[in-house]
Amino acid sequence: MIATRVPEEMLLAYATGALNEPLSLVVASHISLNPTSRAEVEAYEQVGGALLEDLEPAALSDDALERTLELIQLIPQDETSVAEQICAPVKPQPADGLALPSALRDYIGPDIEALEWKTVLRGVEEAEFSVGGDGARTRLMRIAPGAGAPRHTHGGMEVTLVLEGAYRDASGRYARGDVQVADDGVEHAPVAEEAGTCLCLVVSDAPIRLTGFFGRLLNPFIRH
Amino acid sequence: MEQTVETADPGVELHNVVAALSTVPVAHAKGIAFDSDMSVNDPVAATVDEPTPEQLLFAVAERRDRAAFTILFRHFAPRLKAYLMRLGAEAGAAEELAQEAMIMVWRRAETFDPAQASVGTWIFRIARNKRIDALRRERRPEFDPEDPCLQPDPAPAADGQVERGQSDERVRAALKTLPAEQAEVVRMAYFEDKAHGTIAEETELPLGTVKSRLRLAMGRLRKALREESLTL
Repeated sequence: MIATRVPEEMLLAYATGALNEPLSLVVASHISLNPTSRAEVEAYEQVGGALLEDLEPAALSDDALERTLELIQLIPQDETSVAEQICAPVKPQPADGLALPSALRDYIGPDIEALEWKTVLRGVEEAEFSVGGDGARTRLMRIAPGAGAPRHTHGGMEVTLVLEGAYRDASGRYARGDVQVADDGVEHAPVAEEAGTCLCLVVSDAPIRLTGFFGRLLNPFIRH
Repeated sequence: MEQTVETADPGVELHNVVAALSTVPVAHAKGIAFDSDMSVNDPVAATVDEPTPEQLLFAVAERRDRAAFTILFRHFAPRLKAYLMRLGAEAGAAEELAQEAMIMVWRRAETFDPAQASVGTWIFRIARNKRIDALRRERRPEFDPEDPCLQPDPAPAADGQVERGQSDERVRAALKTLPAEQAEVVRMAYFEDKAHGTIAEETELPLGTVKSRLRLAMGRLRKALREESLTL
């Protein structure tokens, strides 16, 4: 069995908050489509809650509670609307008709056709979009049925999440919700299945922003 | 599994504060009606004087209950400050952020769903995201439980998930039974960021060792969670 889920350390780094924004977008989208990884992230968050509970409390200033109570006094009573905004945000129906994770929609909007698509190769297009954090390239890649992305190695890490359709490369088959993590030691040439267009979210060349603990743990995925 | 007796339960502190603020009408928090005929043997009655964090948060959500919020604040705000300081914030900024996180607790209380998380986990997420937002100035992509494209869990936990708060106790007990070297890497994973980035190097452990300790530890903690959903 090939690995089609986000590696354990990356899920943990997402749960603890150490993961950078582009990779967090991949994980948030992946766990929307993969209940096993979602349950794993929830378990790690629960560990975070338990560790928080066991921390030695740090003394607050004498007036900390008082000041906070004053501040919440200023919040309008009818601000239940905040909760409603969170629960039922006004999200336009996707104009492209694609069922994409809402974490990703927050970045790319309701219509992927509105993005700036560039043809890379016959049957292969990509649209880069801006994600905060560091200089990692984040883009959607669309491969026509039967077409293949150019054979390539990676200048750094490349993480690919399949959003629609499926592709194959020498390592195996990747379908909706699956993630492939490759570093520059891997040469691959993904080919979309004939059944339909394959749409992927790709984050690559993420500079090593993870320092310390997770930097060491994730470097094998990131840097050769 | 053996019963673990909590000797230093921070919940005790919570209960003490509750005793001092016994005016909190917690029984109403979940819509429980007082019934004089059944109050003596009613298991619910026993909890009236000791509201759970869940009940307190419901009281905030439903009635904007400041007394309930005060109890939550006294319990969680000093821990949030400690958490943020562990991650490198200096004391003043950590306190500021802890307060902001608690204000978020007040504002978002209605969105709390006990089937999805315990109060402790929910507040951990709020503080974690607040820190990413304020200190790293990054957005936090979050999955949305209401997302129509969410792939449902094919094997949801049986019997409606009881209360997540109970499984928290299991995780805390499991954390206490971890071998010291495993507990250490778990704490590093959660509490170490750039400011403490040197700790990992200082321990001089081979990467493979750190990785295997972490995997063992997280595996044990996940198992503690799974066992609970089977036994309940």
